[in-house]
Parts: sequence; structure tokens; C-alpha cells
Amino acid sequence: MSEITRTKMEMAKSPEGVEGPGFFLTSMEKAVGLARKNSIWPLPFATSCCGIEFMATMASHYDLGRFGSERLSFSPRQADLLMVMGTISKKMGPVLKQVYEQMAEPRWVLSVGACASSGGIFDTYSVLQGIDRIIPVDVYVPGCPPRPEQIIEGLMKIQDLVGNESFRRRNSPDYQELMTKYGIE
Amino acid sequence: MAVHSDEHTKALHDQVLYLLKEKFATGITSSSCDYDFPVFVVEKEVAHDVLKYLKEEPSLNYHFLTTMCALHYPENAGNEFAMMYQLHNMPENKRIRIKTFIPEQKLEIPTITDLWAAANWMERQEYDFFGVHFIGHPNLIRILNMEDITFFPLRKDYALEDPTRDDKNDSMFGR
Amino acid sequence: MSEFNSNQEEFKEEKEYTTLNLGPTHPATHGIFQNVLQMDGEIIRDAVPTVGYIHRAFEKLAERRPYAQITPITDRLNYCSSPINNMGWEMTVEKLIKAEIPKRVQYMRIVIMELSRISDHIICNSVVGVDTGALTGFTYIFQWREKIYEIFEDICGARLTTNIGRIGGFERQWPDHVWAKIDNFMKEFPRILKEFESLLMRNRIFMERTIGAGPIKPERALEYGFTGPNLRAAGVDYDVRVMNPYSSYEDFNFAVPIGKEGDVYDRFMVREQEMWESLSIIEQALKKIDRKEPIFHADVPEFFLPPKQEVYNQMEALIYHFKIVMGETDLPKGEVYHAVEGGNGELGFYLVSDGGRTPYRLHFRRPCFIYYQAYPELIKGSMLSDAILTMSSMNVIAGELDA
Repeated sequence: MSEITRTKMEMAKSPEGVEGPGFFLTSMEKAVGLARKNSIWPLPFATSCCGIEFMATMASHYDLGRFGSERLSFSPRQADLLMVMGTISKKMGPVLKQVYEQMAEPRWVLSVGACASSGGIFDTYSVLQGIDRIIPVDVYVPGCPPRPEQIIEGLMKIQDLVGNESFRRRNSPDYQELMTKYGIE
Repeated sequence: MAVHSDEHTKALHDQVLYLLKEKFATGITSSSCDYDFPVFVVEKEVAHDVLKYLKEEPSLNYHFLTTMCALHYPENAGNEFAMMYQLHNMPENKRIRIKTFIPEQKLEIPTITDLWAAANWMERQEYDFFGVHFIGHPNLIRILNMEDITFFPLRKDYALEDPTRDDKNDSMFGR
Repeated sequence: MSEFNSNQEEFKEEKEYTTLNLGPTHPATHGIFQNVLQMDGEIIRDAVPTVGYIHRAFEKLAERRPYAQITPITDRLNYCSSPINNMGWEMTVEKLIKAEIPKRVQYMRIVIMELSRISDHIICNSVVGVDTGALTGFTYIFQWREKIYEIFEDICGARLTTNIGRIGGFERQWPDHVWAKIDNFMKEFPRILKEFESLLMRNRIFMERTIGAGPIKPERALEYGFTGPNLRAAGVDYDVRVMNPYSSYEDFNFAVPIGKEGDVYDRFMVREQEMWESLSIIEQALKKIDRKEPIFHADVPEFFLPPKQEVYNQMEALIYHFKIVMGETDLPKGEVYHAVEGGNGELGFYLVSDGGRTPYRLHFRRPCFIYYQAYPELIKGSMLSDAILTMSSMNVIAGELDA
């Protein structure tokens, strides 16, 4: 066994801004982004094997609560992030779309696992070949099932997206076009 | 790997064959011993009664329905579909397999939900996959697939892949 | 009030029942299945289950894949205890080709199967605790499931969907650190299991919630095709490992725990006791295995994918590797049924082979699918919270339900 080397710890960087005694001036977007990204409330849409790896991620060893996602919301109305974990079959597609539509903006989608991203090993008549056929996806986490570390990395990429998102994005014409492409108002 | 030796299986097979032949003389088409199961092929009309007899006869007592499934042999003209039932006698640890053949023209067979409640969903699954109609089933609708599809997916003439998929490049996958 | 009474009319009490849709996405249904409940207030009058939301067409998929490639599909049946499914499939093919497996390999298989049985029961029991509101047990004992995952990872490379073993044995000799990890697990886990038990087993709140919830009589359970811990909780001592021993289970000394009422508490207790029995089986197996012996597979070169070192150095291994991967090997024709005791009951594989490189028909006897039919009967007349507990104590795994 080699010597255990101390990991170089980095302090989380604050957003760019002007600092002074007792005040910190930065843009509103960055401040709100910082708050949002460290308190994402996920909706675990766990259907199959990836759901068990998610349970392992939520448990004490790989604790997802460290990233602010301690409070899982099973109601879409109170959730920020839809984590689709597991195979989505064609029977389940409309249910998934309905859950996505019930979420309030701003909302993000994390597709965990090969089955949710592209149908996985199940190239069959009954499996939806990727959830991006019915809802827009922000981050894809490949794997079958992905290790908890990979799921956490997916969440960290979502955190990057959340932290850097502009306020106008959800009202911009690009975004509206994306929604109409999927048939979502 | 089999617990029962071949002689044991043969003895079971002979015992059951004798009793079945006594009760259903012409209904028993053939019989054999497959790997550690006595297998009896019966006519479609007597299948339900054979299973009832196997369940209720005290010396046989095959009280537990382990599983059932359908098979599709498209080359077998006149006997394209087959139903397989597996029964188990737990106190004496005896297992048995019953097979019956069904023509495609008249794809129906009496249900066995009156004998075993477990057969309810198993028959719905075989209806869903193959289209076998079970006469007398309380609720014969599709169970695993979506209810409005019109094809029977597990038949040999139906393809495995999603027919609406357009992003696969067949030339690269050697299909 | 008087003007009403003077009407002299009989007030017929009309009841209106609420329809409540439970699922398919619901935090407490562990898996996606839907139940449309007809409720009279808090009491359930009727339920109509809908399944198939994760139907992935395993049986059709299996007709397309050569035998060695079907093992990853069997993983995804009961994914909480994938090694049991894998071993069951491999034993089915070995039964078809009439292979003789060395004792050492059989004992190693038993160690893996019992470890995965423990892992499956950990999930079920801790989730029953979570559904009653007790999250502590879940958090503490899941740490130890990671240890089991580490053992699987060191043997086959994957944690959850293991694809462990080959037709004929294991893919490689187990390295020393695997044995060290198993020994460490055997040393530490009994204390943790005791700690978990002390949280829930004689906890008054847990007992009052679970005793009497969702009972079933043994005759009714047999008619519904129950097997596994649910059937044993109802009082019938049927265990495939005892009745039709496979992989040398007859060499081991273990008890089969049985319940009385078949309610949620009995199922919890049966699974709890089965974990202790599994620990005892693993201990006996570890004593019987000679760790230095070099055998890790049977002598079936036409079906056993050779280890890569041999493929790169020996001609016969290269030829066999090519033949197996390209599917040039012919299997005997025949029909075989083999059952193993999965985490939920008798998991059976009915294989019809026509001599070709893929099965002609492969049918999985999935215990979850068969016993979930009884769910409406179990919850009629009980309250909604008891219905949730009944479902989680039955350990319905969606992958196995829908296949």
C-alpha cells in the first residue's frame, strides 16, 4: 500500500465581483445561481436498476445530501431537477411527459443510465429509445448502471448549468422553440 | 445437477401415464422424459380436464402451478402454437410438464383460472405475447404491453427492434 | 331540524367512493406499477393493478442473443440480487449440456448467491422500515451493502448488474483480496445486523404498524403461486434450495424460517432470519473451499469462454474463444427447466433449444409477477398506509415484474 497523499483541497470560489468591507458586489444572476445550484431539489424518477444505484448514492457512503440535494421531492411541483433513472418504456412515456410538464420553471433534466439516454441494451419494440425523444435533457450520465460517483458528477454538471444560467433563458425565443419542438407549452 | 435420477423420473412418468391413460384414453398423444421432467402431450380439448385431474386426484396431488407459457412453431402446419404447463406436488416433491398444441386457425384454449388463481396473469401474458385466446378468462386484456397495440410481439414473424427508429445506420451494423 | 323530521321520509344513505390513483410514479411504490384504488374514506374497497410500465421484452430479446450474451439480460430481472439470476441461468445451460461442475466452483457460487441474497433482503427490510418512517436503519445498513458491492466488483468488475460467472464456472480465479474482503464482511456484518434488528424488531411502533397488515392464508398463497419469503411467512416451508438442491446446497446445514400469519411483520422476520441463515451458509462454505486450489471452472471448453491470458497464448483457447463469441458452437436440442431460490422465490428458466446458437424460446418464471396478482386481495379492507407497507414488504421489483 502506497503512502496516503493528502488531497489538495480547494475552497469553493465566489463569483466574480467587487469586494469591500462588509459588502460584495456581483451580478444578480451569479448570486441567484450560487444559491440555486447548492440547493437543487431532485425528483428521483427511478424506474429500474439505476434506481438502486441512486439509492446507494443517497445513502451514507456516497451521500448526495452534501450537494444540497438532501430533500428529495416526489411531487413535481416542488422539484427543480428531474432525474430519470432507468428504462422508460413506451407505456411510461406519457407519464414521464406529464410529470415533466407539471414542473415549474426553472427546471432541469438529468438522464441517468444508458436506458434513459438512448434505450440502452434494450433495442426492442417496447422501450423508448432515449427520453430525449419526448422531453429536453440537460445532462446525460452514461453507464449501466453508472457508479454513484458518475451520478454525482452528473449532478455537478447540472450545478454548473444552474450556476451559470441567465435569467432570460427561459423566456428567450430559443428556449420557446425547444419547447414547441417537444410539444410542451 | 438434476436431483432426480433418470430412473426416478421414468418411474414417475410411468405411474402418471398409467393413471392418465386410464382416465383419458385417446387424449394423451405422447409422453417422454425430458432431463428430469415427465412430459405429456395432450389434446387441446382435454387439457383443462387433465390438469384438473392431476390437481385433484389424491394419489397425484399436483396442487401447485409453477408456470405456463406458450410457444410458436410456425413451420408446424396445423399445430403452430403450443401451451406448456408445469405443475408441482410439493409434499412429495414431484414435478410434471403438460404440453398441448393449438392450430393457428382456431387459437383458443379453455382457461385454467378456475383451478389456480395464479393462472390469471400468466394467461394474460401469453395472450399479450402470442394472441392465444383463453375461453372463460375473467379479464383477458393485455398486461405488459400497451393496451392498444394490434400485433403479438413474441410471434416468430414479428421483429424485435423498434420499427419507428430511424437513427440506426444498418450498413454499419451489418444487418 | 323540525322541518326535516316532519317530512317523514326515509333518508337513504348514499355512499360515494373515491377513486385514488396510486402510481405509477410514487415514492413508496418501489418500482413503477399503478394501482387504481376505490376508497371508502381511508379504507380500500377494491384495487386494479396495472403493470408493464417497464416491459423490456426480455423473452423476445433472448431469442436473438447467444447463450453467453443472455447473462446480462438475466441481471436485470431482480436487479437487487443479480448474481442469483446469473447463476440460475448458467446452471440452466449447464443442465442442458449436462456439464459436471467441480465442487469448489459450486461452493464459490453458493458464497456469491448467499451474499446477494443478503443484499436483496437488506434492501427489502430497510425499505419496510423507511415506509413506516424509520430512516435510520436504511442509512446505517446501506453502508454494508457497499461492502458486498466491493466484493462483487473485485470478482467481476460491476457492482449492481454483475454478469458474474460463465457457463461452466467463474471467469477468473478469485484474488487474495477478495477472500480478505469476504472474511472481513463475515467478521463485521453480524454485529451490524444485530444493530439493525435492535432498531426495528422489537420496536413497539414498528410492531403495531406491521402486525396484522396484509395477511394471507397458506392455501390462498399456494393458489396464487406464491414462493419464497412471502410463502414462507404464510407458513408453507417451500424452499427450492431444500426441495430441489442445486449447486451442492445439500451439503450445507441451514434452517428455513417460517412465519404464521403471512403479514408484514412475518415477512420482515422471515427475511431477517434468512439473512442469518445465509451468513451461516457462507461460513460453512468458506470452511469447505480450499483457497489455493486452482480450479475455477468446469471442463467444458466448447462453452466456457477461456481467460484472456490463455486466448493470447494458446491455440485451442483462441479457437474456442472465436467459436463461442461468433456463436459457432452447437448446443443439444431439448427443453430444460431449472429453478433457483431467488430473493423473491422460485426463479425458473424454461429453455427450449433447437440446436442453434440462440434459444428457440426462453421463458422466465418470475416470482414477483406471479405473486403480485394477489395484491388486491391482500389490501381489500385495509387502510392506505397498510397497503403501502404490504407492497414494500412483498418486495416487488419492477424489473422482475415486467421483464
